[in-house]
Amino acid sequence: MSSSELQQLYQQIILDHAKYRHGASSEPFGVFDADGAPGLRLAESHQVNTTCGDEITVRVGVRAGSGAAADAAVTDAAGPAPVIEQFVWRGDGCSISMASASVLADTMTGLTVSEAEALVTTFRELLRSRGTIEPDEEVLGDAAAFAGVSKYPARVKCAMLPWVAFEAALMQVAAASAAPAAPLA
Amino acid sequence: MTLSAPSFRRAAAVALTEDEVARIRNDFPILEQRINGHPLNYLDSGATSQNPISVMEAEQEYYEQRNAAVHRGAHTLAFAATEVFESARETVAAFIGAQPDELVWTSNATEGVNLVAYAISNASLGLGGPDAARFRIGAGDEIVVTEMEHHANLIPWQQLALRTGATLRFIPVLDDGTLDLAAAATIVGPRTRLLAFTHASNVVGTINPVAELVELAHRFGALVLLDACQTVPHLPVDVAALDVDFAVFSGHKMLGPTGIGALFGKAELLAGLPPFLTGGSMITTVDMEHAEFLAPPQRFEAGTQRISQAIALAAAVDYLTETGMDRIALREAELGQRLVAGLAEIPGVRVLGPAAGIDRIGLAAFDVAGVHAHDVGQFLDEAGIAVRVGHHCAQPLHRRLGITASTRASTYLYTTTDEVDQFLAAMHEVAPFFGVKP
Ligand SMILES: Cc1ncc(COP(=O)(O)O)c(C=O)c1O
Repeated sequence: MSSSELQQLYQQIILDHAKYRHGASSEPFGVFDADGAPGLRLAESHQVNTTCGDEITVRVGVRAGSGAAADAAVTDAAGPAPVIEQFVWRGDGCSISMASASVLADTMTGLTVSEAEALVTTFRELLRSRGTIEPDEEVLGDAAAFAGVSKYPARVKCAMLPWVAFEAALMQVAAASAAPAAPLA
Repeated sequence: MTLSAPSFRRAAAVALTEDEVARIRNDFPILEQRINGHPLNYLDSGATSQNPISVMEAEQEYYEQRNAAVHRGAHTLAFAATEVFESARETVAAFIGAQPDELVWTSNATEGVNLVAYAISNASLGLGGPDAARFRIGAGDEIVVTEMEHHANLIPWQQLALRTGATLRFIPVLDDGTLDLAAAATIVGPRTRLLAFTHASNVVGTINPVAELVELAHRFGALVLLDACQTVPHLPVDVAALDVDFAVFSGHKMLGPTGIGALFGKAELLAGLPPFLTGGSMITTVDMEHAEFLAPPQRFEAGTQRISQAIALAAAVDYLTETGMDRIALREAELGQRLVAGLAEIPGVRVLGPAAGIDRIGLAAFDVAGVHAHDVGQFLDEAGIAVRVGHHCAQPLHRRLGITASTRASTYLYTTTDEVDQFLAAMHEVAPFFGVKP
């Protein structure tokens, strides 16, 4: 067995994250309340990988920058940059998807929404590169360990699953912020 | 080890030998491949099987020599095509103990189940002649399935219940992967109109007691549909002896090509059943308002048929018959036991379904504590071993067993004992590789 190749995929960082699962909630989430805490815009996205049944739910809480009123629109254009203050997830799946969610929780908490979106783009490019992109650990942190996944196209979906859920949740926040009066669907 | 006596344990039959398996493998070019630097160890025949040369040649020969529309036209090629097409039907029907006009071509087993479900729906809408009345169902009627069904034999019935107002019930599965027959006896009753169940589970490998369940359903006048996807390829199956009303199976799981399968229906039932798909090739006279339909099986074969696939499936059946279904069944029973016994020795591995020594078809699904099935599959693939991972289209069964996914190794007549052993050896390395201490 070319276990070195397999070890590229299953790097120790990945196996550790799959085991210790940062940001994972072991309890079922409470009832989802889009208005969340005062000033915190909550959004949630559930994603399923239909090929293997991996599932993940990501819940994010975004706060408009300091000094913003509790009901202030969360937007980049006007006012201070919104920040990802909360990131919790619940899931069941392979080590790649679970580790990816754990890394995502570590990486995104505290970033501004636009920083987070840029990272999602960088991560997606890395995973789709089929091994041609050398990851920048400075930028990606532990997420750089997923470079090996890009050589296994069948597993790219696994690694992307939490990121797709995260992205979808951010989009909900943006949509709700654009029309602050409308209730979240 | 005590074994009940399934029908394939005929006194005279002996299991295929290792030498015979070695010769059989020469007929399957795909098995010569190397995967990730290792010889392919294909343990996923439960999902789809490989094709012998004779099957591929039959399909090619048809296109080179006889390709034409069947049951239409008055030219020599059309006659030749019709003849081989209908002769394929005879071959496949005989293989399962049916008459040729009791065998309807479908794309696969899934389409066969849907055909029956939609035909029943159509009957329930009042379509069909007077003989269709017996198929009508509605509020107060019950359709019964089991908790171990493949989604193909569950969702069409869910949908039928939604369309007709009938109630869907299910026979639960016990912890050992067998059906709760005591519960079955209370669930199947006077309201039951149809009992649909799998002959053998594609996950836990259990061989269900068909005779007992058929007797139960027929006692209440309910129809029985048997999902024979995992048995027609692997054991001798005689639908007449089993007395099932309908049965479905897929060609691609029995050495045949994709795109072909069959529905068996008892002649007197098919005769009364309204069609599902309609159009050309299934009618007698048509005017702008009405159409008269052909007798079965043509009534259920609208449009241009899967001619080359049917012919190739007949070649697959010939291959299986020449090899001997009873001998294949015995061989796979041995491999199934070897898999279960070997897996049971591995720390942290839980085999789903019947324990070692209890009858099962030649497959085993299992859970590895602390390692997700997808990761197990990836690890094995690196060693050239092809297994199935996931829920195997049986989510309710997995939920019942307390898991969301499992890994499944499934054998066929070309599987060697060495392959099973190589797989078991690799399985010993899984937990250590992922740093899991069982
Ligand atoms: C028990 C069982 N039923 C039904 C099916 C569905 O077969 P197909 O997808 O060929 O229609 C399968 C195959 O996956 C099966 O194993």
